[in-house]
Formats: sequence, C-alpha cells, structure tokens
Amino acid sequence: MLSIRNIVKQYAGHTALSDVSLDVESGQIFGLLGPNGAGKTSLIRIINQITAPDSGEVYFDGVKLNQSHIDRIGYLPEERGLYKKMEIGEQMIYLARLKGLSRDEAIKRLKYWFEKLEMQSWWNKKIEELSKGMQQKAQFVATILHEPDLIILDEPFSGFDPVNAEIIKDEILELNRKGATILFSTHRMESVEELCNSIALLNKSKKILDGKVRDIKNSYRNATYLIEYAGEKLFFDESQPFTLIEEKQTDDANIIKIKLADGASSNDILQYLIPKTSINMLQEVIPTMNEIFIEKVNQKPALS
Amino acid sequence: MNKVLLIIQREYMVRVKKKSFILMIFLVPALIVAMFGVIYLITTYSNDMNKTRTVWVMDESGVFTGKFQNKSKLAFQTVTKSLVDEKSDLRKNEDDFLLVIPTDYSKTDAVQIFSKKEANFTIAGEIEDQMNTIATGNKLVTAGIDTLKLHAIKSNISIVAKQITDKGEQDSSIGAAYGAGIAGAILVYLALFIYGAQVMRGVLEEKTSRIIEVIVSSVKPFQLMLGKIIGVGLVGLTQFILWIVLSSGVTYVAGNMLMKDKILPAKTAQMKAHQPTKIQTSPGISSAPQSPAINAYNSFKTVNFPYILGCFLFYFLSGFFLYAALFAAVGSAVDSETETQQFMFPITLPLLFTYIISFSFLINNPDSTLAIWLSEIPFTAPVAMMVRIPFGVPGWQLALSMFMMVIGFLFTTWVAARIYRVGILMYGKKASYKELAKWFFYKE
Repeated sequence: MLSIRNIVKQYAGHTALSDVSLDVESGQIFGLLGPNGAGKTSLIRIINQITAPDSGEVYFDGVKLNQSHIDRIGYLPEERGLYKKMEIGEQMIYLARLKGLSRDEAIKRLKYWFEKLEMQSWWNKKIEELSKGMQQKAQFVATILHEPDLIILDEPFSGFDPVNAEIIKDEILELNRKGATILFSTHRMESVEELCNSIALLNKSKKILDGKVRDIKNSYRNATYLIEYAGEKLFFDESQPFTLIEEKQTDDANIIKIKLADGASSNDILQYLIPKTSINMLQEVIPTMNEIFIEKVNQKPALS
Repeated sequence: MNKVLLIIQREYMVRVKKKSFILMIFLVPALIVAMFGVIYLITTYSNDMNKTRTVWVMDESGVFTGKFQNKSKLAFQTVTKSLVDEKSDLRKNEDDFLLVIPTDYSKTDAVQIFSKKEANFTIAGEIEDQMNTIATGNKLVTAGIDTLKLHAIKSNISIVAKQITDKGEQDSSIGAAYGAGIAGAILVYLALFIYGAQVMRGVLEEKTSRIIEVIVSSVKPFQLMLGKIIGVGLVGLTQFILWIVLSSGVTYVAGNMLMKDKILPAKTAQMKAHQPTKIQTSPGISSAPQSPAINAYNSFKTVNFPYILGCFLFYFLSGFFLYAALFAAVGSAVDSETETQQFMFPITLPLLFTYIISFSFLINNPDSTLAIWLSEIPFTAPVAMMVRIPFGVPGWQLALSMFMMVIGFLFTTWVAARIYRVGILMYGKKASYKELAKWFFYKE
C-alpha cells in the first residue's frame, strides 16, 4: 500500500527525519509510534503531500506519490479544527468536495454517517456551538467521508470520552474490515496492542524498530515467568530450573518472578514446583508495548 | 483548478451571508439618502432666506432716494406713508424692513432699520455698503470727479477655468476634480485595508483553528491562498458594485426630486420675480447668483464618472491582489492577531505615506514628478493614481501604471506564497524577518 523509502527531511537547524524507510501493507492497521518530536508528524505530512521530503520517495500502491493520491487519503490531524463560524453540514460538504466528492454524493454519505453516529440534529449548528467531543466526532466523519483507501489518524482518541472513544474505535475497525488501510500515530500503547498489526517506532528522527506487533513482542520475550503459589514460603537452592528475580509475600499467597534457565521450559517449572506447593498461577511475562517503547527510546543511540 | 473554485465559493458565500455585509450594503445608500435629506433641508431653509425682502426707505436727507440697487434678495421701495403708519404696516409684513435715514445720516447710529424679524448681518451689511457707495459717489460728484469714468476704471475680473483636452476646451471644475480625487483616494485606501485585513484574518483563522492542516491535505497551500484572496476580492467587488448601483439609483431618484422640484424652479422663479423690479443694472454685477447646490451639481457633471469608476475598480482589484497576498503572508506567519502589528506596519507604510500626502501635496500637484512616480510604483499607485485621475492622466502613464500593477501583484503573490506555505504549518514559533526570509528560501 504504502512504501516509504529513505526519507530525509531537514528543517533549518534540525533534522526531522533521517533516512526513514517503512512499509505499510494493504489492509493493515499500522501504528506509528514515537515520543514527541520524533518526526511522526513530519512523516505524516510528507505522506499527505503537505510538505515534500528533501530526499527519498514515497510509493502509493507502487506508484510514486502524486496529486492523484490526495483523494484516496483521509487525514485526521492531531490538532483538530474546523471553521468555527460555519454550519457543520455545509462545512462537511465543503471538505468532502475538496476531496473530490460531488455535492449530492457528499450529502448522501453525510446523512448516513450522521445517523450512524447520532449527529442528525447537528446539521445546522455552527461548530462553535458544539462541544469539543462533538467537534472531534464531526471531524472524524469529515476524514473518512470520501471513503479513502488510506486513513491517517494522528492521535485519534485524544479528546474523546471513553464511550465515544469506543464508538470511534469500532468505526475504525469496521473501516479496516471493509478494506481501508489505517495508519495511526499515537503514544497510547494500550490502543496499539489492541488495534495494530504492525508498528514502526521513531525516535529522534530515526526509525528504531518496526515489524508486526506479535513478532516484536516475541522477540522481547526473555523467559520470565510470574508464579503465585499458596502455602508456606519456599526456599530455593541451585537445583531448580530457574533463577529467582523477585519475591513477594501477600496475606495468603507468595508471588515470585523467575527467569527460566537455558534449555528449560515452563513445564519444567511446574514439574519442579508441583510436589512442593500448590500453584495458583503461572504466567509468562511478555513485555508490553509500553515497556518496549520506553526501553527502546531510552537506549543510547550508540547501542542501536 | 476546480478546487480553487470551491475555495473561492466558500470564502465568498461565508462573507456575503454575514449580517454585517448586508448591513454595509444598505448603509452607504442610506447615508446618501441622508445626505440628500440634509441638502433638501438646507435648500428649503435657504429658499426661505432667498425670499425677496422689501426695504421701505424713508429718506429724510434725500441723498439716497432712488439710488439703491435691487439685489436678488432685496428690493428697495420709497415710502409713501408716515413713519407711524409704516411701522404698523411692518407688523403685518414680517419680511419687510423699514430704513429710516435722517438728514444728518453721517452721524454714528443715526440710520435706523426696523423689522419684525431681526435683520441679519448680510442684509444690514448690504444696505450699509450701498449707502456708503452712494454717499461716496455723492461726495465725488460734489468734489467734481466723474463717477462714470471711475466706474469704467474699476476692474471686475472673474475666472472661468477651461481645460485644454483632445476634445477641445472643456469646462473643468477644479473643485469637482478635487472632490473626486480625494474621494477616490480615501475609498481605495480604506478598501485595500478593510479587505486586505479580511484576508489576513481569514488566514489566521484557519491557522489558529488548525483546520489548515486538513485543508492543505486536500489542496496545495497556494490554491488555498489564491482562492481566499480571489474570494475576498469578489466580496469587495460585489460590495462596491452594489454600492455604486444602489447609490446611483438613489442619487438619480433623489436628484430628480431635489434638483428639478426644489432648486432649479426656485432659481428661475427668483430670476423672474425680480426682473421687472430691477431699476438699473450696472456693469460689473453679474447676473443672478447661483445657489451653491446648483454649482456643485453642475460641476459634478463635468467629472467623467464611468472613467473614474473603471479606474477605481482596476486599482482596487489590482491593489487588493498586491496587498492581500502580503497580508496573507503576514497572517500565516503569526499565531495571533496582536502579533500582526510588527509586520503590518512596514507593509502598509508606502500606502499610508501616499494617503497622507495625497491631501496636501498630490491633490495640489497632480502632475508633479513625485505624483507621477508614486502613481507608477505598484505599492503606492492605487492611492496616488486615484488622486490624479480626475485631473487627467496621460494615456501612457496610465497604461504603464496598470502594467506595473499587474507585475506588482504577480510578484507579491509569488513572494507571499513562498512564505505562506511554510508559515501556515508553523505553530508557536515566533516569526521574525530573518525567519521569514528562511521560509522564503525553503525548498518545496
């Protein structure tokens, strides 16, 4: 769908993107992650052809990005905004027509979406009369009205209450099911794990990690397990197939965090522990995206 | 291009639908109606003043009898009745005067004038002048000086301005050219500012509301800027065309009512009224004086309005494109309206300078070298040329100036667009001139 090749973008005094390459496959939900100032917005602006890269190319469905692609992309910027004094219906039509829809088609689709998201009564309201959440909803509709193949969402859930965030999330998933590729940028890692198939992590203008979420998480597994057992506190010597990392005692249980010895499996732990105590829980500790994110970002650049 | 049309349409409709726009459309014709109302009141009042008032002269000295000259507003009659009867008559004819001249008239305060209404200065002054002339004449005669010769020696010169044009000599009215020049300059100046500022505010609105990012993901920044400028320009054009149409309609109707019914007949009636009572017409005294309203109306007609309006529309539009582009760049560079000042001032300085000197220098020296230069430089031409046009501008100067205007706005649009495309996406960065220069040289 989208292939980004060796993008370099420099602004006077600093580099926003240095040699960034990544691929977004068709039908994916792709998460573009990174701390503030990492270059996410610069990259998104380049994909939207708002700015041009100093060097490097972007291919859209194998074709070098050009003006004809504009109508196939829907963009919800992080900083939302609409014309305050303009009526919402007219404004939506205007934005849709800028994306190449005819007036009639725009009205037809708007009716559908306004009904779906329960916004019918807003049609003649001015933006300034709407609450912030309502404005966000309207802007989301404006983003997807022209049924783009690629939907770029910059922090789509910021500004929504949990109920509306859920509605929007469902809509995003439905659009994705219907075939739209979604590229979204966020710092909210829980939504990444929930939604994204693939991610790319940007830091200080460089891509430091990318791939499928599952693969990344697998690669960050380090054979760490969390075990909760009942009864007397156990004492470990060197005979067990793991090393103890952490030990904690609660009112009726003991929790230990262990690292598996080389060549051992989780079954070995059970075999070792079952005769000694009653096990409440055994869980592999897989790092969350959040932890991976923090770990990667905090790594010294020299190491990577 | 289709998208530019969409943008123009939106910018236009949003502004035209505003209540303030509709209000302004009708405000100006309403002001013109009010102006005619005032003229109407003044003429009715002055018609009242213009009434011929009779002065009954009771000349005990015999020096003045029959020597008073009738004026447009004053008729002199010799009394026939006694002083007491005349005084009681005076109570009935409230517009009349009774002038009593005793034998020793030269004494201070000896001559008296009676009336029901208070005699105004002009009338008292007129009578005083006449009496002095007559008395002086008498003394001259007594002294043996030929008054006829004296009259012949006295000069009475009045100037009629004629302008040599291609069509031959033409009555020109300096006053009307003054008026048209100043009015044109003020209108162009205000229009450039008002509509230029609208463009700036529009850009700023898009930037501060952050909608800009959505829009520029659909259209190129240049298309947006162009659409906005043209849209606002069309709003200005609509406003002016509606003003011109409505105002000329109002002027035509009101003018017909006023000029025909009130002033013109009043004037002819006056002339007819005192023609027979004229006792003598002496050389040097011109025919019936015209009321100032007629003068203004007539000299108004010497101004070539279609030509001036055509030039006005050209200079408004080209000047607007020139400045609006710069205003748009300013709007894109800042984050709030308060920050615009530092950039607005230098941009508007040439215009402001021309505007200020147009009332003092340009209007009095419309053909001076400075005036010619100012009317050729695109930044100052809209105001300077509007001042000059009513006085007549050589064709080549006008053509060159118009050509320069087109070059000028193409140039400013190009410069502004380069700053604009970067500026609209820069949030929270304090823009300095150095910064703007950097933006200008940014690659795409």
